[in-house]
Amino acid sequence: MKFLFKILKDFPAYLWSGWGAIASTLLFIALWDLGNQVYGNLVLPSPLETFKTLYIMLQDKDVWQQIDITLYRASVGFGLSLLFGSILGLIAGFFATASMMSRPIVTILVGMPPIAWIVLAMIWFGMGDETVIFTVVVASFPIIFVGALQGTRTLDGDLKEMAESFGFTWYMKFFDVYFPHIFSYIFPAWVSGLGMAWKIVIMAELLATSDGMGAELAIARSQLDTPTALALVTIMITSLMFIEYIVLEPIKREVELWRA
Amino acid sequence: MESLEVKNLTHHFGFTEILHNINFTLKKGEVLSVVGPSGGGKTTLLHLCAGLLDVEEGSIQNSFKSTAFAFQEGRLLPWKNVIDNIAVGLLAKGEKKDEALKKSQKIALEFGLEEEDFTKYPKDLSGGMKQRVNFARALVTKPSLLFLDEPFSALDIGLKKELYAHLLDSCKENEMSILFITHDLMEAIRLSDKILLLKADPGHIVKTFEYDTPNDKREEIFIYEQSAKILQDKEIIDTFELNTLELI
Ligand SMILES: Nc1ncnc2c1ncn2[C@@H]1O[C@H](COP(=O)(O)OP(=O)(O)OP(=O)(O)O)[C@@H](O)[C@H]1O
Ligand SMILES: [Mg+2]
Repeated sequence: MKFLFKILKDFPAYLWSGWGAIASTLLFIALWDLGNQVYGNLVLPSPLETFKTLYIMLQDKDVWQQIDITLYRASVGFGLSLLFGSILGLIAGFFATASMMSRPIVTILVGMPPIAWIVLAMIWFGMGDETVIFTVVVASFPIIFVGALQGTRTLDGDLKEMAESFGFTWYMKFFDVYFPHIFSYIFPAWVSGLGMAWKIVIMAELLATSDGMGAELAIARSQLDTPTALALVTIMITSLMFIEYIVLEPIKREVELWRA
Repeated sequence: MESLEVKNLTHHFGFTEILHNINFTLKKGEVLSVVGPSGGGKTTLLHLCAGLLDVEEGSIQNSFKSTAFAFQEGRLLPWKNVIDNIAVGLLAKGEKKDEALKKSQKIALEFGLEEEDFTKYPKDLSGGMKQRVNFARALVTKPSLLFLDEPFSALDIGLKKELYAHLLDSCKENEMSILFITHDLMEAIRLSDKILLLKADPGHIVKTFEYDTPNDKREEIFIYEQSAKILQDKEIIDTFELNTLELI
């Protein structure tokens, strides 16, 4: 509770530090406008036109429904990865054999291009939710798994010994010695896993479904409707930025104050 | 009667013999120091006595009710601030949280840490401050046997003096016994009832020095005299290879 309060208290200062980010975003939009003036409306619609399209789209119930569908797929896929990646990673980290055995599997999962997974998933599950969710899991699970594994493997033996010598209870060992260290590895992994999930869900939808934001994007492409495509991209980027910078980053800052 | 008895203790790391046939007894209320060259196995000996390493050959019998360890390299929890780090020992003993924090703040002040340092994380502490936090964390639990691995090595003379006095006070108050490692012979003479001289390769005890004057009654002059005397000692010269310096 105290912790939550501290996050909220430091939030304005954090926002203030965001001026630089806002400035660079505005610069980006300016360049975009320049691009529009050079290449014309078909290739690159102006920011203004894009935002207008976006505004109209956001009035439309159907668009929100598509966003909902995509959100649902991404959250289920990411939730599964979070749960299993964290738990299995911790287990693998605590047992040397398990971590050795999991290594090649992780290499395969990380090394295989997501597009190949999508093809396989389409064969296995057909067109629909399962294919998308499966691909999301396959792409973001290994990131989280490796984070949890690394966190557990790199626990400091000296600190364990210290805990031993003071007779720490089971509870203290976990919350005061293991957890903060593991969390400092696992939390960034969650963040990158989430970013990955959001990217993959769009890609999988574009190739394998007829609904969701990815499918909308595919339609916009086939109709050469660049403003709509760009408006969709804007939705995807802003939502990811919102989650990363407004929700996750402040938490991360508080949790990792102790880091050098 | 509580005591620590070490008998015929021999220890290997891999195939290297680190300690060879160590024997000594530490009685209740006694201060025993171990001096010897760097890499001679002092830390290893202390870890064995504290049960942090498993005894392979020989035996260690520890009947002290409680022990605490101040490590050579600090071993503070990087995610806890100064006060919370000091308090962990007390909390592990089941002390109430606010009681533990109060005691920790008190000892932190006594150890020359300032209030503005209390909320700092270990990454923002100086070497000597870390050492004091580590030392305070062990002492605040008031163990009946305290293990100290070079607790004063990074401190200035003023702080050292204060902490010596503090240590002797709590020694008397709680009838605490101490087993400690130091590189400073004068410090050893000031504090200990007995000094074990540990020679390296493999570590073995070549000589024991005993001082009968109670350690809170030792005057500066006594300490200087004894230090001068001990530096003439043949075994000391041999163990620390002091004669080679003179030849150069
Ligand atoms: N875990 C370990 N594994 C292998 N060798 C070790 C281990 N710990 C210590 N040693 C070796 O044992 C020897 C004694 O080390 P120790 O730390 O006990 O020395 P020390 O007397 O405390 O030295 P210093 O005064 O520099 O602290 C050294 O040669 C060291 O390399
Ligand atoms: Mg040592």
